[in-house]
Amino acid sequence: MRAVAIAGLAALLAAGCQREERDLRLDPPVTAALDQVAPMANAVGGAPPDVLGALGEPYEGNAYNLSEGKRLYSWFNCKGCHADGGGASGPALLDGWWRYGSDPVSLFVTLRDGRQNGMPAYGDKLTTEQIWQLVGYLRTVGVSSASFAAPSRNDEMQSRPAENRAPASAELGTPPSR
Amino acid sequence: MTASTAGFATIRQSDGHDPSGGSAARWGIVAAIAASVGWLLLSGTAVAQESASGFSLRLVGTFRTDNPNAHLAAPVMAGGRLLLLTPFPHRLTALRLGPEGLHPEWRFTPETDRMAEGTACCGLGVRSPAVAGGRAFLNTADGRTIALDAASGTKIWEMRTADRGSGESLASSPLPVGDKVLIGNAGDDFGVRGWLKALDATSGATLWTRYSTGPDEDVGIGPDFAPFYKIARGRDLGAATWPPGAWERGGGSVSGPLMADTGLGLVFHGTGRPAPLNPDQRPGENRWTSGLFARDLATGAARWFYQLAPHDQHGVSGTGPLILADRDWKGRARKLLIHVGLNGHVYVLDRISGELLSAEAFAPVNAFRGGAAASGAIAVAQEKATRVGATTRDVCPAWTGATSSEGAALSAETGLLFIAAARLCMDIEIRPANYIRGTPYLGANVRVKGPPEGGAGELVAWRLDDARPAWTVSEPYPLLGGPLWHPRGFVIYGTLDGWLKALDARDGRLVWQQRLASGVVSAPMLVRGADGAEYVTVLAGRGGAAGPAAGLEADLRDATAARGFGNLLRGLSAEAQPGGTLYLFALP
Repeated sequence: MRAVAIAGLAALLAAGCQREERDLRLDPPVTAALDQVAPMANAVGGAPPDVLGALGEPYEGNAYNLSEGKRLYSWFNCKGCHADGGGASGPALLDGWWRYGSDPVSLFVTLRDGRQNGMPAYGDKLTTEQIWQLVGYLRTVGVSSASFAAPSRNDEMQSRPAENRAPASAELGTPPSR
Repeated sequence: MTASTAGFATIRQSDGHDPSGGSAARWGIVAAIAASVGWLLLSGTAVAQESASGFSLRLVGTFRTDNPNAHLAAPVMAGGRLLLLTPFPHRLTALRLGPEGLHPEWRFTPETDRMAEGTACCGLGVRSPAVAGGRAFLNTADGRTIALDAASGTKIWEMRTADRGSGESLASSPLPVGDKVLIGNAGDDFGVRGWLKALDATSGATLWTRYSTGPDEDVGIGPDFAPFYKIARGRDLGAATWPPGAWERGGGSVSGPLMADTGLGLVFHGTGRPAPLNPDQRPGENRWTSGLFARDLATGAARWFYQLAPHDQHGVSGTGPLILADRDWKGRARKLLIHVGLNGHVYVLDRISGELLSAEAFAPVNAFRGGAAASGAIAVAQEKATRVGATTRDVCPAWTGATSSEGAALSAETGLLFIAAARLCMDIEIRPANYIRGTPYLGANVRVKGPPEGGAGELVAWRLDDARPAWTVSEPYPLLGGPLWHPRGFVIYGTLDGWLKALDARDGRLVWQQRLASGVVSAPMLVRGADGAEYVTVLAGRGGAAGPAAGLEADLRDATAARGFGNLLRGLSAEAQPGGTLYLFALP
């Protein structure tokens, strides 16, 4: 009787545990394929790599990847120029206005190759996957439509409305002062 | 528009007003007597001056710059023309001025490296050009120093003096002295190593470079170095007071004013804060950042050093205004160096020896405990110390500084020092910083805020001799420009919300004000036109909604935007638009 109960519980657990999938390490061919963006001649917009669709857009709707993007945003000094999306020597990211396009391909090219008005190239500092994680995170910062996925809780000082209160570019009032 | 009684500013008559909060008792009877004597002397002088009533400036001309960024560089006179350097991408315009207004004569547009827009440390403004010997010298945000013929605008030489790729830029005015031009770099936010350079004024060739960190040889410390306080004595302190190698990206930029005393053969300059902002990544005293240097004009060799903040934990740096004054100090004629500290204190030093004579707070300060004069260094208040992983709240002053690098003017005869003050505090959270060349090396999240009692700005008239304010005028926004002291007894200054105001220097009474098209983040200037008449020029152009600390695209819902100014300036957008306009006013 006990064995049946345990087996039943185990079966329930196995069935109930539909965890979000985390690809902790991509296959090298996938990584190489992820770099194959086809931007337009002016380096704004263009075709995303086919593999992105085949993987099921893992950088748009996967909370783990979004959280990784958020960590990279701090670790790679994005904050120094763009603050927490409000901008400083670099432009704001919160306001939904993107100088070089808001689509994933434009953002990917911006991060990988840099832009001519001061954005440094991170292609030699981040892996292709990390760049896509950052692209996914950036699209939660300046979004204009709601999403089912959000990066994790803010571990740093509260400075602005949280990403999961999308759409961020709508008027949300001022954040609390402390 | 004449003397308005709108009363935008509230005036606080402040005998006994103490901005540091709670140390008024220190001023005993002696100080009170000294103060009243000082007041009598001051009133005596003022009686001789023209009455303030009916004072007004008359608008003569305007010139639009078509540049929307922060206009920090007040124009300078060169042979009857005003040289106006607009923010990056720079353009230098020579304007003839006269009773009919401003008229552009020639323009000079330097070649630009647009990548500098991302790495220019302090907005895109650079301080004014300097004119000497028929030449105009200018620094650009992308790291060029250029010499021009001041009459025609013909380029004489151009040098790449700062390495843009590492985040280095030039922010301060060049200082031409004799056959040399001295320049200092900027870029503490990017982990740049600070330096002062001497260029040959004829060819632009670098004669010497003296760094703010590193071994004695690099810093220019030799047998002539004789600091007054013993904390600055020792071998290779610029390297030994850092973790191994950290001084190579340790900040200490020379982004504040350079001041030369040709009589003594000395040049004085402050050094910026240590990099990164995270103090736990640089244990040690971080010599020679956040201090004041006196150097030999000819060789750059250090003579003395005064440490404003050893192991600067709050990033307030040492690049505030410097003023030279030969005055009677406590009954003895002395050569003084007045430093209006970004840490909220007015420092008075003997500029020959480097001895500190006085250091008193003019803005709210709780990050430090007083009594700098005895030890030669300010002490951090333990409850406002910063450490990695922790948020320290309500630290005053904020890292953006209690004034700006041109934020003070001295009226020598009355002994009043006028300070355009920013009464700011901050919440600062220290995080680990990673050094990646050409990207910011900060390690902190900062929200800047005004003091709880309101009034984020203040014009302070500071009695130099007894180290306390004579009067103060409160302003809703921090004053980021500078005051102009007019010998006829007026102080003229502009505000971030677009007012140009004239106060009676005796009591701070508002005698005239005028709305300008944009906020002011530079100092008004008194100039003499070719017609011999005196004019006041004011350059308006505050930059974007977040003021000079950011580009135009800032979103102030983020409290940390624009170095933390986002939190403070949320109401500013409606007040005065970005965009630069130079105003020319005639004096009555």
